[in-house]
Amino acid sequence: MISPDILTDNWDLYLEGIRNTLSASLLALAGSFILGVIVAIMRITSFRLLNILGAVYVEFFRNIPLLLVVYIFFLGLPALGLTLNGFISGTLGLMVYTSAYIAEAVRAGIQSVPIGQTEAARSSGLTYTQTMRHVVLPQAVKIVIPPITNQFLNLVKNSSILSVVSGFDLMYFGDIVNSYTYDTVSSYAFVAVFYLILTIPLSIASNALERRLLRSG
Amino acid sequence: MDFTSAYSRDNLSFLLEGFGLTLWLALLAIIFSFVLGCVLGIIRYAKVPVLSPIVGLFVELVRNLPLLLLIFFARFGLPELGVSLPPFWAAITALTLFEAAMIAEIVRSGLNSVDKGWVEAARSSGLSYGQTLQQIILPIGLRRMVPPIVSQFISLLKDTSLTVVITLGEMMHHANIVMGQNSRIVFPILLLVAFMYFIVNYVLSLFARRLEARQT
Repeated sequence: MISPDILTDNWDLYLEGIRNTLSASLLALAGSFILGVIVAIMRITSFRLLNILGAVYVEFFRNIPLLLVVYIFFLGLPALGLTLNGFISGTLGLMVYTSAYIAEAVRAGIQSVPIGQTEAARSSGLTYTQTMRHVVLPQAVKIVIPPITNQFLNLVKNSSILSVVSGFDLMYFGDIVNSYTYDTVSSYAFVAVFYLILTIPLSIASNALERRLLRSG
Repeated sequence: MDFTSAYSRDNLSFLLEGFGLTLWLALLAIIFSFVLGCVLGIIRYAKVPVLSPIVGLFVELVRNLPLLLLIFFARFGLPELGVSLPPFWAAITALTLFEAAMIAEIVRSGLNSVDKGWVEAARSSGLSYGQTLQQIILPIGLRRMVPPIVSQFISLLKDTSLTVVITLGEMMHHANIVMGQNSRIVFPILLLVAFMYFIVNYVLSLFARRLEARQT
């Protein structure tokens, strides 16, 4: 039913796909982390306008499909005169989409630190930045890490969206292999195995981190 | 950018027709995946011998694969294995299996969050395991599961857009066709489609938030 030849004959294609899937995921993770932290900070500062902008950003990107975000980069920007290839628009789309989720995770983490601690730190003479750096953030990071690991898992799975815009990822090369071998079951079975190799360790790590957080209370 | 010709009567009714199919796909998949997800979650929670490990394996496998792969597989792989489904039902199958695996995890952790002391109290006051499950664990657990399940439904509605790869005629597919006419209407169409997804999902997310607020 599943012929190993498909794998050995197309090893190079699959490998190229895995490499691109990994680099898209890592780039998008790094980018969405930075963007997400910025948006989270916008949402908790005392500037009303920034609060609103941050909220609009999060709500907008969390409530539309990832494919649409990718299309904004892949189809929308060329209409405005800026053409990006599939890999770049896919990665940018993933980055922007995921950043909305990371912003929410970071905001929840920061706000989970009791306000009394901030007040205590401020009244014992620490500046706002010092309070953030030495009191709030170290505690928030612990809470934020499990949901971010989970987002990274989603990111790896979601990176398959690149195939829709010819982004040369694992799913894309799976389609290529399928289109000329006509062995759909085998072509996609190997794609599935490679995705599982990437996602299962992340899934285990995410569960372990969550359990550890629960234990430490 | 040409908003007037983008929002012509023909384009709007064509997109709306696609939106109808998007909602119909989502509704069917929500119903099926909710039922299947609850069954799988309860089986995993109850630690039924043989059955629970199999369900566990299924849930972990499906949860860790991209939905796009499942859609392709249901559409093009299943016929090779002798199961030929019309494209619409292939999409429903893929969406249902994927979302059911997600819901199964929500159900399992919701049930696990019910205080073990209450379960022991129910058992020691003479209730059978089935009665305890039905009268104590499920009612308490279910209430906690509602907000994450509604979020999952929002994901599902967004995920229906992935069926664009098997061209069913839902909104994203119709948007693709319309955008192909003329590059000057691409942006206005993307905006409109975003707005339509946003409205439905935002209302759902407000609903989820209200349920969450009521619990605490």
